[in-house]
Amino acid sequence: MNALPAVDRNALLARLREILPADGLIEDQESQRPFECDGLSLYRELPIAVALPDTVEQIQAILRCCHSLQVPVVARGSGTGLCAGAMPHPEGLLLGLSKLNRIIEIDAQARSARVQPGVTNLAISQAAAPHGLYYGPDPSSQIACSIGGNVAENSGGVHCLKYGLTTHNLLAVDMLTVEGDKITLGGAGLDSPGYDLLALITGSEGLLGIVTEVTVKLLPQPELARVVMAGFGSVRAAGDAVGAVIAAGIIPAGLEMMDALAISAAEDFANAGYPRDAQALLLCELDGTEQEVEQHIAAVREIFTDHGATSIRVSADEAERALLWQGRKSAFPAVGRLSPDYYCMDGTIPRSQVAHVLEEIARLSAQYGLRCANVFHAGDGNLHPLIMFDGGCPDEIARAEKFGADILELSVAVGGCITGEHGVGVEKLAQMQSQFSEAELHQLEDIKQAFDPGLTLNPGKGIPILKRCQEYRSLPGRHGHG
Amino acid sequence: MDMADRTEALREAVAAACADASPLYIRGGDSKRKLIGRDCEATPLDIGGHSGIIDYQPDELVLSARAGTPLVALADALAEYGQTLPFEPPQLQGSATLGGTLACNLSGPARPWLGSIRDAVLGVQLINGRAQTLDFGGKVMKNVAGYDVSRLQAGALGTLGVITAVHCKVLPLPAATLTLAYDMPAAAAISTMCTRALESRPLTGACWLEGRLYLRLAGAENAVRHTASLWGGEQVDDSIWAQLRELQHPLFEGGEPLWRLSCAPNTPHIAQLTRAIDWGGAVRWLQGDVRTLNLPAGAHLTLFQGGDRSSEVRGRLDPVQQQLQRRIKQAFDPAGIFNPGRLYSWI
Repeated sequence: MNALPAVDRNALLARLREILPADGLIEDQESQRPFECDGLSLYRELPIAVALPDTVEQIQAILRCCHSLQVPVVARGSGTGLCAGAMPHPEGLLLGLSKLNRIIEIDAQARSARVQPGVTNLAISQAAAPHGLYYGPDPSSQIACSIGGNVAENSGGVHCLKYGLTTHNLLAVDMLTVEGDKITLGGAGLDSPGYDLLALITGSEGLLGIVTEVTVKLLPQPELARVVMAGFGSVRAAGDAVGAVIAAGIIPAGLEMMDALAISAAEDFANAGYPRDAQALLLCELDGTEQEVEQHIAAVREIFTDHGATSIRVSADEAERALLWQGRKSAFPAVGRLSPDYYCMDGTIPRSQVAHVLEEIARLSAQYGLRCANVFHAGDGNLHPLIMFDGGCPDEIARAEKFGADILELSVAVGGCITGEHGVGVEKLAQMQSQFSEAELHQLEDIKQAFDPGLTLNPGKGIPILKRCQEYRSLPGRHGHG
Repeated sequence: MDMADRTEALREAVAAACADASPLYIRGGDSKRKLIGRDCEATPLDIGGHSGIIDYQPDELVLSARAGTPLVALADALAEYGQTLPFEPPQLQGSATLGGTLACNLSGPARPWLGSIRDAVLGVQLINGRAQTLDFGGKVMKNVAGYDVSRLQAGALGTLGVITAVHCKVLPLPAATLTLAYDMPAAAAISTMCTRALESRPLTGACWLEGRLYLRLAGAENAVRHTASLWGGEQVDDSIWAQLRELQHPLFEGGEPLWRLSCAPNTPHIAQLTRAIDWGGAVRWLQGDVRTLNLPAGAHLTLFQGGDRSSEVRGRLDPVQQQLQRRIKQAFDPAGIFNPGRLYSWI
């Protein structure tokens, strides 16, 4: 029922030229190249055209046009996503929202900011800083990633255990439906009228609508933040220490773990003073009032000592805190120096399973003959194994993909999930079927159809298409490895 | 406590209701029938017997329980490990259940700082209108696979399915709690609440009742004590928060309709109508000729308690949203058997 008519490219382009200024429409393939993939460059595709609107009215006109022609629309923010969620559709339009980059209003007394979707995550905190406020979620890509993309992916970061994910830090979004109708979800207060569609939109990967404005909550900047770094002789000891911190009633602002390979890669890159002899490293940040931080630092130091920490260092000032984080924050590029390519996984597991899962990953690493470094949001159980491979070698690509799939299935098997914060996109479609039953996938598909009956918003991503739409123009085998 | 897994029996009851399109009124502890939603006439489906903690891992900060589990039972189990449901749900004389709390998205005075159950829920199991038992989300803190069906249940008043189990995040109990009170008119109280909330201090409650502003500090002991010394005011006992949370303050007594306005915290004081202010300014409890009020931008008004509960009790949605909400209802409950009319007359 959903086989779409072949797209009339000329008709589409003619109408888009009427809507957009010349520099807002990219038709030639060479200029489209920068848009062929997001941060997961394994998956690439070129669209019919790239639209770069600079007003909400233009977006509305584009959506109406695409809806009438039944042309797929893929939204893109900054293109930093890690699941190919923003990979273009070969017979669709790529809708880039980066020109909508205005901070509309900061209401300090209400602790909120109204911004356009293309504003970067970090820019919100910078604009809020003069008021002593900041925006909580801080994905590693926060310099570049857009708030619209954060909404689409329900992005996290290193501070989510205490401050939550994107979904906990939104008040409202303005959204255009697939038909181009404007609605506001959420509001100025905390209650929703009717169903909480704001919750449903957050993390929906551009499958339900196009976000044109976001109102975020702002938090007071903590008076003080300090980080405790500790090395451990085993992953298990570090994992137990994490559990003990939580059991002691302390919720750290950030709690990160790295394994031996990640420690040495990060140390080579950042010279942060990480203990190279350690098998596992914990970075535990405490924030709040001065009194609270001092009390918690003392408690955490004692817990780490009791759990056999081989070294402990506490940041004395902001410069040292930044240095200690520098290693962790540069872990991805640091691993990038060890290998031509790496593939970042995103499973989330119950924290008690970390030692078991890391042992299994080590076994799989040997089995597939590929190295794997592990960085881990230990506080909330979100694991980022970085599988190293050579993208120039098709066999290594195939092994890396299989290795990654095994890790995701392992995450589900121990009671976790296939993606904590990076999203499903194209990448994890196959694993959705290990996490969800067919009835559950049908329910998800019914939600999709409630918003987008013609299935033209970001088709082929997020939710595997099961029954009604097999003939739909999907992408099997069409992604080129790069 | 009656501890039993009745998931399959509930599913069969839903299947039977589906088969003859016979609507169901989903009932946990029957504590909120006269609150929040519209009246609903349908055959009761009792969840109360479907109770018990399924799993609780204190050092994972995660608790899973069947929907009919009374909140008091959860509070007891959590207190043993020094933990709590951070969203302070009303226990309503012991009758409130976990499932009903999620369906109504009811939370206490800490909402702006510690969130509601909408923020704490990690996963649900529910029976949809096709009598299928489905699991969404999970027991881990971060999970972005699939749409967030778990949070969608918060405030849906049971109209999308029978919630059978809830997984949610819990937090440590604060080491110390202290309440400060100040005699102050409402407008000044709103301004003080908003200004205090800009500071990085352990503030977890800010309300105004009968000419008094109350601020609650909760967290590490020395941080609470130090903040109290900076902020002054009169130190009073903590009972005001329990009264608000449990809807036991005189505000909630008497038969007069009580409206809840959800708004930006710095919304100017609404004289004449305001009986109380909570959530640091983000909730105004109103009484009187409320329907004539010019709503502040982005605010939502609900007839919380009393009044005419056969008419709509919450604000009108624009036609696009109304259609979308109707389609969401149909996606879960095509035959319209769950709590018909409880949320809106047309859902």
